[in-house]
Amino acid sequence: MDMPAPNVEVLSYRARIVERLRGALPADAVIDDPTETRAYECDGLVAYRCPPLAAVLPRSTEEVAAVLRICHEEGVPVVPRGAGTSLAGGALPTADSVILGVARMTEVLETDYDNRFIHVQTGRTNLSVTGAVEEDGFFYAPDPSSQLACAIAGNIAMNSGGAHCLKYGVTTNNLLGVTMVLMDGTITQIGGAHLDAGGLDLLGLICGSEGQLGVVTEAWLRILPKPEGARPVLMAFDSSEVAGQCVSDIIKAGVLPVAIEFMDRPCIRACEAHAHAGYPDCEALLIVEVEGSADEIDEQLGLIKQIAAKHEPVELRESGSEEESARIWLGRKSAFGAMGQINDYMCLDGTIPVSELPHVLRRIGEMSKTYGLDVANVFHAGDGNMHPLILFDANTPGELEKCEAFGAEILKLCVEVGGCLTGEHGVGVEKRDLMSAQFSDADIEAQLRVKDVFDPAWLLNPAKVFPLAATETRRAAP
Amino acid sequence: MIRPESEAELAETVAASDGPLRIVGGGTRPVGRPVTGAALSTAGLAGIALYEPGALTIVAEAGTPLSEVRTTLEAEGQRLPFEPMDHRGLMNTDGTPTIGGVAAANVSGPRRIQTGACRDSLIGVRFVDGRGEIISNGGRVMKNVTGYDLVKLMAGSYGTLGVLTRLSFKVLPVPESQATLTVEGLSDTEAVRAMAAGLSSPFEVNGAAHLPGDAPRTLLRIEGFASSVAYRAGELVRLLERFGPVTVERDPQACAETWQGIRDVAPFHNRAGDVWRVSVKPSDGPAIAARAGGAALFDWGGGLVWLLVPAGTDLRARLGAFEGHATLIRADAATRAAADVFQPEPAPLSRIAAGLRGQFDPRGILNPGLMG
Repeated sequence: MDMPAPNVEVLSYRARIVERLRGALPADAVIDDPTETRAYECDGLVAYRCPPLAAVLPRSTEEVAAVLRICHEEGVPVVPRGAGTSLAGGALPTADSVILGVARMTEVLETDYDNRFIHVQTGRTNLSVTGAVEEDGFFYAPDPSSQLACAIAGNIAMNSGGAHCLKYGVTTNNLLGVTMVLMDGTITQIGGAHLDAGGLDLLGLICGSEGQLGVVTEAWLRILPKPEGARPVLMAFDSSEVAGQCVSDIIKAGVLPVAIEFMDRPCIRACEAHAHAGYPDCEALLIVEVEGSADEIDEQLGLIKQIAAKHEPVELRESGSEEESARIWLGRKSAFGAMGQINDYMCLDGTIPVSELPHVLRRIGEMSKTYGLDVANVFHAGDGNMHPLILFDANTPGELEKCEAFGAEILKLCVEVGGCLTGEHGVGVEKRDLMSAQFSDADIEAQLRVKDVFDPAWLLNPAKVFPLAATETRRAAP
Repeated sequence: MIRPESEAELAETVAASDGPLRIVGGGTRPVGRPVTGAALSTAGLAGIALYEPGALTIVAEAGTPLSEVRTTLEAEGQRLPFEPMDHRGLMNTDGTPTIGGVAAANVSGPRRIQTGACRDSLIGVRFVDGRGEIISNGGRVMKNVTGYDLVKLMAGSYGTLGVLTRLSFKVLPVPESQATLTVEGLSDTEAVRAMAAGLSSPFEVNGAAHLPGDAPRTLLRIEGFASSVAYRAGELVRLLERFGPVTVERDPQACAETWQGIRDVAPFHNRAGDVWRVSVKPSDGPAIAARAGGAALFDWGGGLVWLLVPAGTDLRARLGAFEGHATLIRADAATRAAADVFQPEPAPLSRIAAGLRGQFDPRGILNPGLMG
């Protein structure tokens, strides 16, 4: 993976840039000491690192605007950063860039239950948005696995999903409005507490644009009343194919679970060894969760069990208590941590049509043999969002490259069967060069033209999302 | 009327066009400033391209009649979640609504408050831009963050950025049962409070409307498995009793008719005047209606206000500044030509919108001027 060479001209007047930033922000908001900027050298994609020229941590929209105005005038690239949990390298700096972190902007600005929204600064973490309203019986629906740490800013940049989006949708479906600062320092508001756009749907365009169109400093988020209850059932099957068919039948039957999670044998074993959740030893495991009153839950689970019975599960375990529910979820929620204990791993995020599940799992198994690297599968089966985890040893020379080649082949397979490269993590730098597997030149050009409108100088997070070759002339323009 | 029979032919037509084009789907929603230009019909691009009930997805060509999409889904017990409005009664138009028209106007009905707008169910588009290039974005999977979301941008762009050729939607199962709860006699403000009580409960209200007038009615809808609907109806009755006596309608036909009437703004059919559609936060709805004068209908818990005012009324002057947006949906061509049909935007956003139009349609030939 390449990053563009830093602009030597920008590096040559680094001192002036830092001085101007210090002039605009409180002293503690500008970081340029090399020992401290190292904290910003990477995000969740730890294989790639580069300390930025400086990092700034503004406390208000006005301070963000001041930073962007200066960087715009000086021609300095800006890499926006939420909590730095991106698995795709969305917040990876270059040596000539300023990291603009919103981590200090965490306030709740307004909570309105009558109109069911919360207005927050975007440095606030996903879970603490729910935390601000849950005592009053509400929650914020998108729930990425990193929700304890990840910031709303990053959720908006990547259009994050989570386990429960089968019912509640992803970030874009729960975002009502934003305050955004353009690269030239202009502050603007899109949407608000009301629904839908008056003119063009710019809010929909901003969400998922990976910090390339503007820096979102405030957000109006839809909050929902908490369901009366929720309960999962765990179902074990002796083949992934059968489990996949069961998912499809559940969906077709008109039950709409809030979550359908899938784990295969390598993943189950790793989770079991790590978390001791008491999972059965089987080829494939489904966790299906439904919501409602106690009776409603019983009815839905009854129907799901009936459907599952036709597929002869080797085990079927319905939660009877909060404690049992927690145990069922324990293994799934610790999946990534469990894999991390065994090995280095790369987490992919392709989405496929649910009907292609058995075929894709079989092909991944075959490729795993060819590459000599193990794969564990854990994913949101209801919506086809896969998370193959490829295990490798970062200390063995060449193994990272081999793992990346394997990952690329899996993602191309996802596209080939009618899916896409990334369902919720974003493209970042990780999948940048695979974009042409999914898009034609014209498709990519149409997206580049959108960035031309918002950021004509191509200074905001410029080396992300698109193949470097496709953006080279734009990034090099004076 | 130019009527390409394929996407490739459509692309050639647009590329070769030396003047403005007026894009026509079913022609049932004449919204926006009147467009002068050669009529370009999408009727030749029709048919369901793919339907996978087990994956909750359907892909259709833009000119496919909405009724065909509905029938196809109904055969598998599924539906478009966003309950698109049929504009014919309100607009006094005939013709056949198309799925492309629904997407181009981002048409959503009462269920928008729960399952989202048309733009939320739309997961993939193909379109021909003003250069005559065929562009694809999104796809046929419901979780997809690969590249910029041009799908949302195209939804509600009224054919001004490109001519839609193919659309993919996420669909949902049709629930087995439904109920409509009615409280009578509430003022607009009380009605919004009652609807908020329902919408803030865990009982999954997916329709919340208020019909003012001599005998005001406030309506809440729930759907699901029969026993669940019965349970939730009971809980909601208890919750709403403080606003007045609550009646519960369980007959599917009666429920369907009630909500179709709200969806299609039936109370305004065959009544003279201009019709505006205003989106605000629900608690602002009653004040907006009061400022407008005329007749009102509230959907989306009060957040969607349909207004019927005398022809030629300068509604924007009456409303003054407010948080939200107002769109002139029905008026004669002269009024539409003179009015800001869509909500005027702050300068940075209108610059961006103009910039996007310049990129997608540099010659300004696709429905020029329709959105202002």
